[in-house]
Amino acid sequence: MSDPDLPAGVERREIAGETRLATRGDPVYGEPTADGWRAWDPERSKLGGMLELGFDTGLTGGETVLYLGAASGTTVSHVADFAGPTYAVEFAPRPARDLLDAAEPRDRLFPLLKDARKPETYAHVVEADIDAVVQDVATRGQATVAARNARFLAEDGRLLLAVKARSEDATADPDEVFETALDELRETYEVLETSRLDRYHEDHLGVVATPR
Amino acid sequence: MTDTDADAGWFAGRDADEAAGRDAVDAARDRIADGETDEPRDWPTLAVDAGFADSTDDYYDRLREATVTATRATVRERERADDQQLIHSVRAMEDSERTANELAERAAEWAGSLFDDAEPGIEGARAVAARKPEGELERRAVSLAARVVDLAAERDALAETIDRTAPAVAPNLVEMAGPELAARLIALAGGLEPLAKKPSGTVQVLGAEDALFAHLSGRAPSPKHGIIYTHDYVRNTRPEDRGSAARALAGKLTLAARVDHYSGERRATLHEELRERMATIRARAETGDGEINGGADPDAEGDA
Repeated sequence: MSDPDLPAGVERREIAGETRLATRGDPVYGEPTADGWRAWDPERSKLGGMLELGFDTGLTGGETVLYLGAASGTTVSHVADFAGPTYAVEFAPRPARDLLDAAEPRDRLFPLLKDARKPETYAHVVEADIDAVVQDVATRGQATVAARNARFLAEDGRLLLAVKARSEDATADPDEVFETALDELRETYEVLETSRLDRYHEDHLGVVATPR
Repeated sequence: MTDTDADAGWFAGRDADEAAGRDAVDAARDRIADGETDEPRDWPTLAVDAGFADSTDDYYDRLREATVTATRATVRERERADDQQLIHSVRAMEDSERTANELAERAAEWAGSLFDDAEPGIEGARAVAARKPEGELERRAVSLAARVVDLAAERDALAETIDRTAPAVAPNLVEMAGPELAARLIALAGGLEPLAKKPSGTVQVLGAEDALFAHLSGRAPSPKHGIIYTHDYVRNTRPEDRGSAARALAGKLTLAARVDHYSGERRATLHEELRERMATIRARAETGDGEINGGADPDAEGDA
């Protein structure tokens, strides 16, 4: 039962009595599985939340992906299940150890211990004309990170970004933080769609954009 | 394809490595970890054209082996980065900063007697260092300014190193306090373990030892905060609420240090609780409530 809005390889499946987003692959973080499909929890994954909320991500399955802020590999493991070559950038060593475990059974998932704020330190590994950059980094200057990584995207590629308000300024009003971030983003990207992810992630804004 | 294109990729230089008798996997790992280039290119195609891989599939197989090996090695190396190394880095940074500023004063004073437009501070030294000196005295003054600029650059490089290494040592503490303050707290306590074992009242006044001893000998009121004053939560809270803010922040920093030392996992609830607590404290400024000076604080918290 494939869904036209979802990329090929992502389906809504009956798992443990509930209809849930799922991809086919080896389980990574103890998620429920059924018939080789593993549930993709939108509350643990910004991209999962964006798909669940019906964002037009432009993902069709099989594309080349650069994932910034891969952390322990929760989301990027699902991405690697349905996408093509997937570059996973993570800066902190401890989660990267779990990311390596997620990469073990996935032969097109490339883990990189790099700082997403410094794309020149991985541009010699990550190829050009990437179809989708997925960004979920919890640092200040999330729009700057997106701008610096625009160099990897194909002309019609997509940036799928989750802006975390609290990483920019823990005390400011999230709406103001989002406005500032979007203004900066518009210098490099055309913003196609934005929506709050509050149903799954409090004070996060989901953004779909394409390079200018 | 041009040679320069493929040369920028992680797979370039393999022939030279092999000639030097290096293990191919080791060499690829180093190039993944340490290489740099500004613009990405179509590496899979370039690698096939350069004869590195037989096909795009073969390229991706090799890329995966190299990235997994490189990442595993770097993870292992970074996890060795311990709190003692962080302490050396932060102390070296503080010394460089202080010395640069002191030397900048001397350089500015000297330059001011030789040139008309000498400005004080590091920026002033930068301008002086860029001059073309004439004669021996000017040469020495300009050279001194150049040392100031170098020292300031070293300070910045050390700060970057701290930014990179501190999260591996104490992820929660760094998320809460930022890399520099986290490193300073660890340095003041003498390590992450000693910091994790301190009561939060001590963490609150770390770095204010002079004021604390003045207080203990009866000469002064108790200090409200030490080095944590540099945190936005304390500094940018109105003065009458700073005691509460410092106490709340110190309490959570202590918990963060404990989680970092004993478990090492990121704990989201900790950061959430501090955020809420700070919102409550700062809301007082809007409602006009004030802490009564010297009186009991109605929402005083015990040590965590």
